[in-house]
Amino acid sequence: MYSEKVMDHFNNPRNVGVMENPDGVGTVGNPVCGDVMKLYIKVKDERIVDAKFQTFGCGAAIATSSMVTEIVKGKTIKEALKISNKTVAEALDGLPPVKMHCSVLAEEALKAAINDYFSQKGKSKKEKVSKQD
Amino acid sequence: MRRVYLDYAATTPTHPDVVKEMVPFLNQEFGNPSSIHTFGREVRKKVEEAREKVAHLIGANPEEIVFTSGGTEADNFALIGIAFANEKKGNHIITSSIEHHAVLEACHFLEKRGFSLTYLPVDKDGLIDPNDVKRAIKNKTILVSLMHANNEIGTIEPIAEIGKIVKEKGIYFHTDAVQTAGILDVNVNDLKVDLLALSAHKFYGPKGVGALYIRKGTRMVPFIHGGHQERRRRAGTENTSGIIGLGKAAEIAQETKEKEAKRLRELRDYMIKEIFNQIENVRLNGHPIQRLPGNINVSIEFVEGESLLLNLDLAGIAASSGSACTSDTLEPSHVLKAIGVPIQVAHGSIRFTLGKWTTKEDIDYTLEKLVETVKKLRSISPYQHDWKSTS
Repeated sequence: MYSEKVMDHFNNPRNVGVMENPDGVGTVGNPVCGDVMKLYIKVKDERIVDAKFQTFGCGAAIATSSMVTEIVKGKTIKEALKISNKTVAEALDGLPPVKMHCSVLAEEALKAAINDYFSQKGKSKKEKVSKQD
Repeated sequence: MRRVYLDYAATTPTHPDVVKEMVPFLNQEFGNPSSIHTFGREVRKKVEEAREKVAHLIGANPEEIVFTSGGTEADNFALIGIAFANEKKGNHIITSSIEHHAVLEACHFLEKRGFSLTYLPVDKDGLIDPNDVKRAIKNKTILVSLMHANNEIGTIEPIAEIGKIVKEKGIYFHTDAVQTAGILDVNVNDLKVDLLALSAHKFYGPKGVGALYIRKGTRMVPFIHGGHQERRRRAGTENTSGIIGLGKAAEIAQETKEKEAKRLRELRDYMIKEIFNQIENVRLNGHPIQRLPGNINVSIEFVEGESLLLNLDLAGIAASSGSACTSDTLEPSHVLKAIGVPIQVAHGSIRFTLGKWTTKEDIDYTLEKLVETVKKLRSISPYQHDWKSTS
């Protein structure tokens, strides 16, 4: 049911763990739903230089977390904000329909982390991005 | 890679002796048992022998056995057959909240047709209280349908005790014995049931065949309409090789089940003990003692069931999960909900079911991989920082 890429990222997740002194942290989902994603980003000159994650969830949740951290590294904040759940799902060669919500969670976790980065920087509310698509 | 199959409650491998018995009826012995010529009569004889073996396994008479396409059909037949034949007497049916979908969905179907259903609760170990059955019985009650043992958590229900209550009231009593027939001692008179569903592939028989026991004198409508097969109760040319395979599986089970159950109980208890020794924050689902010999169902906190299953599968181990993420609905198991497992804990549930070819080495290998996997998944999970154990 899962693509080889999903299984690869599930079995060997990239960028797992806690980040020391992150510039932004986003946590989405909840244990009752069966998915929790925590995404950390390190930002230098408006560019994401590092990303890490911790996830509780199914195979797709772990794989999408891993993939989103891979995609986002090296991107500017502006570019990162354009990453949608579809970008993540496509990079994994697709997800079963019932698991698409996991890719939405990955997008939301990234946006939450960027939002947190903006808040920490004390940017004006106007520039904040919405969690919704 | 080593391969370990621990999903015997889902299905069992067909016993080699059963296969051997079946094969001739897929080629040379192809006759239709309804035919009067020799081709037909020879097969008829074998079908009737199979009926005797199945009857013998559950303490019934051969004419009380109707062959079906499996456990689901047998359950549907029992519920719908009784309901439609007795609706003038009443429209109330009692069942439990932890039944297999074969029973629950048939009940939902009957509800839409105007029948009134009572779904009894269970306690934290999954046991039905016989007093709850007594209290739920009304004048309009025509049928009580309760499973002999639960397929997910392995709890064995007090069917004989409940049967006594139901019989005193003169109400029909059906049990879904798909998880116990061929595994435990199952006797329709000891259990005091009028109907009993069983399935061949749960005890080393082939898939696509099962049986419904119908006590003599039970008022039922036929389930499949057509020819005169199965005393007109279930029409259609018999699945001859399947039925003969079921008969052989019943014969083997009769001889081996007691010894095998004892062996499995020891393996089961060893595995449960070791899971608790080696992994923290675990809960056992289902009754600790009144439990199917080969059933282990645990919730491992802070890990999610599908991830657990996938990792074990990568290590060659086949298990099953009550986790939401392995189903199409994303809903956690109705059984785990009914015994009060918190939803976030239910997500980390896994079921191992042992059987005939399970060895101690298989269990030790599984324990080793399970401990590794849980450690890995917990290291990925944010739980250490953000959550507290609920057990």
